[in-house]
Amino acid sequence: MTILCAGINHHVAPVDVRERFAVANHEVASVLDSMRRIDGLSEAVVVSTCNRVEFYAASICPERTLDGLRGFLETRTGMAAPLYHHDTPRSVRHLFRVASGLDSMVLGETEILGQVKQAYATAADAGATSGTLNRLFQKAFRVAKSVRTETQITRGATSVGSVAVELAGKIFGDLDHRRVMVLGAGETSERVARSLVSRGVKTVIVSNRTFDRAAQLAEEIGGMAIHFDHWQNEFPDVDILISSTAAPHPIITRERLEPMMRQRSGRPLFIIDLAVPRDAEPGVNRLDGVFLYDIDSLQDIASRSLAVRRNEIEHCERIIDRHVTDFVGWLRRRQHSIE
Amino acid sequence: MERYWLVAASFCFLLSFGHTLFALGSGTFRPARFNLLSMAAGFAFQTVFLVQRGQIVHTCPITNLFEVLVFLSWSIVLIYLLVGPAYRLSLMGAFTSPLVLALLLLALLAPIDTIAPRGAHNPWIEFHAALSIIAYGAFGLACITGVMYLVQERQLKSGKISELLLNLPPITDLGAVNGRLLLTGFLLLTIAFGAGLAAGISVTGLKSGVSFAIWTLYGTLLAMDRMRLLPPRRIAGGSVLIFIFALITLPSVSHLSAP
Repeated sequence: MTILCAGINHHVAPVDVRERFAVANHEVASVLDSMRRIDGLSEAVVVSTCNRVEFYAASICPERTLDGLRGFLETRTGMAAPLYHHDTPRSVRHLFRVASGLDSMVLGETEILGQVKQAYATAADAGATSGTLNRLFQKAFRVAKSVRTETQITRGATSVGSVAVELAGKIFGDLDHRRVMVLGAGETSERVARSLVSRGVKTVIVSNRTFDRAAQLAEEIGGMAIHFDHWQNEFPDVDILISSTAAPHPIITRERLEPMMRQRSGRPLFIIDLAVPRDAEPGVNRLDGVFLYDIDSLQDIASRSLAVRRNEIEHCERIIDRHVTDFVGWLRRRQHSIE
Repeated sequence: MERYWLVAASFCFLLSFGHTLFALGSGTFRPARFNLLSMAAGFAFQTVFLVQRGQIVHTCPITNLFEVLVFLSWSIVLIYLLVGPAYRLSLMGAFTSPLVLALLLLALLAPIDTIAPRGAHNPWIEFHAALSIIAYGAFGLACITGVMYLVQERQLKSGKISELLLNLPPITDLGAVNGRLLLTGFLLLTIAFGAGLAAGISVTGLKSGVSFAIWTLYGTLLAMDRMRLLPPRRIAGGSVLIFIFALITLPSVSHLSAP
């Protein structure tokens, strides 16, 4: 029995190609059903995410299975699939790397493990897996867990948005009842606001010099737009301020903030200053309860986390090597016992 | 012989602290049961010691400074075991174990385990003394959350994410728990003082003055926290400073607890 992995991912194909081969959730069962008619294929799992579409198969004649898969995909999409494919040890290693986040666009991201688990569960429910792929995927989940707990591959946040969310969590804990104000509706501030909303923030106030832009962003993220002249009225109740105005001088000064902080009953204030030139005077960070981060400090944190993750790759690969050897050994012993 | 239980307890607290330090240093720290279990094991050994010592002295084992230090460290762990899992404050055990360990080592190494002449047995005085020390245990844990708050605040202000920052609890939670521990300690101490008055303890002299000063300091700090007159950072700093003051004055105050 050979394990075959074939697919396309963000390393080899741009999004306009990947999207043509993507398999939507509601299509997975019928695709698996069609795949099982491919010559030699006895088990199959389809992993389809925004960055990859991969087909894992157990086959007794991998060449014919690969040809059949190519033909099936060409019929389905109307274009020749630029598939990469691997033999058994490399397929096993590839799945372990994918499940561990080592093959992801954002190194060490953990969402992929959930997606692989979902793909496996769907295939198992459809009766498309048996002894070999069941064992392979269960092993992959254990490997991903080992990699995550024994290394720092998931350490820290690696984008400005996720760093802001992580810091907000370390200041406030639960973000559900926190109020966010977006001052200046730029692209980065929009991303940060969206990250915070995805972590539970329900109240977002958007203020921009152009009210229409504020209203548009507020509608998109489920917030409320206010006129730029009124932002200071709302400010005392705000917990997180995302600022990215085009003001030539700081608009958040120590003199202005100090009396406002006295009205806050000790509640902390997290200022995310994304503007260049900066909107907040650096001195406000010295005020009790004020935590100020500018774009450089956020990017610096993201870069450091990414560097830590990159340094862990070798460690992760060693863990994966060990498990690949174990699994391939098990597969060989199983084949010998069947023969 | 019963002192060996304290050595075993010290080993457990050292293990808890060392394990956390190593895990943080290697970047593999995960909030796990190991710390809680080692703290619980240390607490069990302390309890065995206190039970055996109580059987020897035929009273609550707070008859000298040695026993007071052990009872205080036991109280801190007791409050930790009640508060830590309830609030899920990551790393609280790692901050608690060094303080408890220091108190135990001081008790074990300093020549302070002398049997004091016992006065007449009065349950109200015993209740007063024991509850006072448990209140100090709550203040001890408030001191620990205060230190955690100050460390976390420094990390957040510095703009760098370290392993410590990632694993310390949110600063808002630390401030809230600090306030609750101050309230718990203050209520316990007030009840203990009430019991002392009911027992007819003299309220004159230096010892009473120091005790009253500590009660007043904590009461003032608590009131300022409740009325939001001080920012959480200063409340955290206050809970650390007052506890240090309380520890420094403990040798004199401890005589109050001697039955």
